[in-house]
Amino acid sequence: MPESLIMGLTIFVLSMFAGFEVITKVPPTLHTPLMSGANAISGIAIIGALLVTGGENQTLNIILGVIAVIFATINVVGGFLVTDRMLNMFKKKDEK
Amino acid sequence: MNPLETIIALSYLMAAALFILGIKYMSSPATARRGNLLAAIGMFVAIVVTLLDRQVISYTWILIGIVIGSLIGAVAARKVQMTGMPQMVGIFNGFGGGASALVAVAEFMRLSGAQAVMPMDLSLAVLLSIIIGGVTFTGSLIAFGKLQGFVSGAPIQFPLQNIVNAAVLIGATVLSIYIVAFSPSMAAFIIVIALSLLYGILFVIPIGGADMPVVISLLNSFSGLAACATGFVVGNNILIIAGSLVGSAGFILTQIMCKAMNRSLRHVLFSAFGTGDMAAGSLQAAGDKTARSIDAEEAAMIMGYAHSAVIVPGYGMAAAQAQHAVRELADQLAARGVDVKFAIHPVAGRMPGHMNVLLAEAQVPYNLLFDMDDINPEFPHTDVVLVVGANDVINPAARHDKASPIYGMPILDVDKARHIIIIKRSLNVGFAGVDNELFYHPKTTMYFGNAKEKLQELVAEVKKL
Repeated sequence: MPESLIMGLTIFVLSMFAGFEVITKVPPTLHTPLMSGANAISGIAIIGALLVTGGENQTLNIILGVIAVIFATINVVGGFLVTDRMLNMFKKKDEK
Repeated sequence: MNPLETIIALSYLMAAALFILGIKYMSSPATARRGNLLAAIGMFVAIVVTLLDRQVISYTWILIGIVIGSLIGAVAARKVQMTGMPQMVGIFNGFGGGASALVAVAEFMRLSGAQAVMPMDLSLAVLLSIIIGGVTFTGSLIAFGKLQGFVSGAPIQFPLQNIVNAAVLIGATVLSIYIVAFSPSMAAFIIVIALSLLYGILFVIPIGGADMPVVISLLNSFSGLAACATGFVVGNNILIIAGSLVGSAGFILTQIMCKAMNRSLRHVLFSAFGTGDMAAGSLQAAGDKTARSIDAEEAAMIMGYAHSAVIVPGYGMAAAQAQHAVRELADQLAARGVDVKFAIHPVAGRMPGHMNVLLAEAQVPYNLLFDMDDINPEFPHTDVVLVVGANDVINPAARHDKASPIYGMPILDVDKARHIIIIKRSLNVGFAGVDNELFYHPKTTMYFGNAKEKLQELVAEVKKL
């Protein structure tokens, strides 16, 4: 096994545990914003899309890359904005 | 490492820390907004430093893509109604998964052109990314279609469904093994892509409306795992970290949803619930029972003179856009000195936390919203429960009727309250296709009609008291 793969797997497993730890503490009231916020984070694929699109000279790959950038950006921008919009509505009684 | 690479690597580390911190802040409504902002900053940092990467040599197409994507994303996020949140999250999931798969496809094209032998771990990561990302993409589109009403929300079934689905999945797996172990054949590769996209469709169409919270959570998890696999493809740790955070978030929510319905994930995915077969028997059994109906004036008297009232919202509230009317009623009752609380079942609505968001939109303070475990002990001391468009989650059969398909599902014990008023359009069965004995209980009165209109009438009557 190449060293980079071992490294990747190590990071993968540890992040899973970190994820479980922080996410189990999120109350049900915030499950929808959690989901849409997490969703926005999954738009991290944009990094891959940028690397593919910016480093390419083959037409087909540029096309694939640009579509990937568009998809991921929708995910990231839309996801964070809509989460913010939702969270802005959550108010406690005395804040009314 | 040259200085630039060091900066990039450290910035990715910072982004990862911001993601984790951001989710951590989501553990309280008071800090959640800041958490989301932190995560967004993390993403921004990651994107900016990636543009500095030496691998990136041309910016034109990147810029075009980012501008188009940002416009679509921003408009969608601004325009969407809160009741439409499940499909919005669903479709965003799909885009995330689709992006991951596309990156993997592009990498495969590049590598298969450049080198004769592709390292095994790389081709494995590429295929995982394509399969998970592809399934997420089409699965989310179907889920979106169902929630939006483009595709029938009812389970869609055909003969030998499970066998066909299994065959598609096995086909994709076998071809993938062939590609990894023997040859990066382009034909096999394209078939894997097609099968993944097909499987996404096949796996969501047999799943009905009320099981959507499970599907949306699962697709959320998949979109994270797809990003993770793509991280292995492009050899970038930030993708692996962020992807697995999302993967675990989706997985936890999936588990919570399944537990709240007392069904295994396998059962949700493969058994097309509520198709009507089982409904027939239980409906007949209820045939000779009668339900009492009530009008706005009487309902207002009961609620207006109660000491304590609990409102139980369900998908019907979302469907009728009745959250503002609910809030108005709660305000009127509170002004009369009634102790008003809201009881939220974990799977009420079409996604986890759906009701909470709708009530938040209607400016119901979140500290009036109670989870099932917290509110259940209070029902015996509650004067009146008002159920707005919920059904299966309050069906006492889940507690005692072993023959019922929903037996064992944790429910809100509204039947223990002194009086129950149920707003519903008709006596029709709920999603599970089971009749609800609570409708015929002597303590129960049915207040028939559209939830929004009926609530408005009720508010008007309460004001007259």
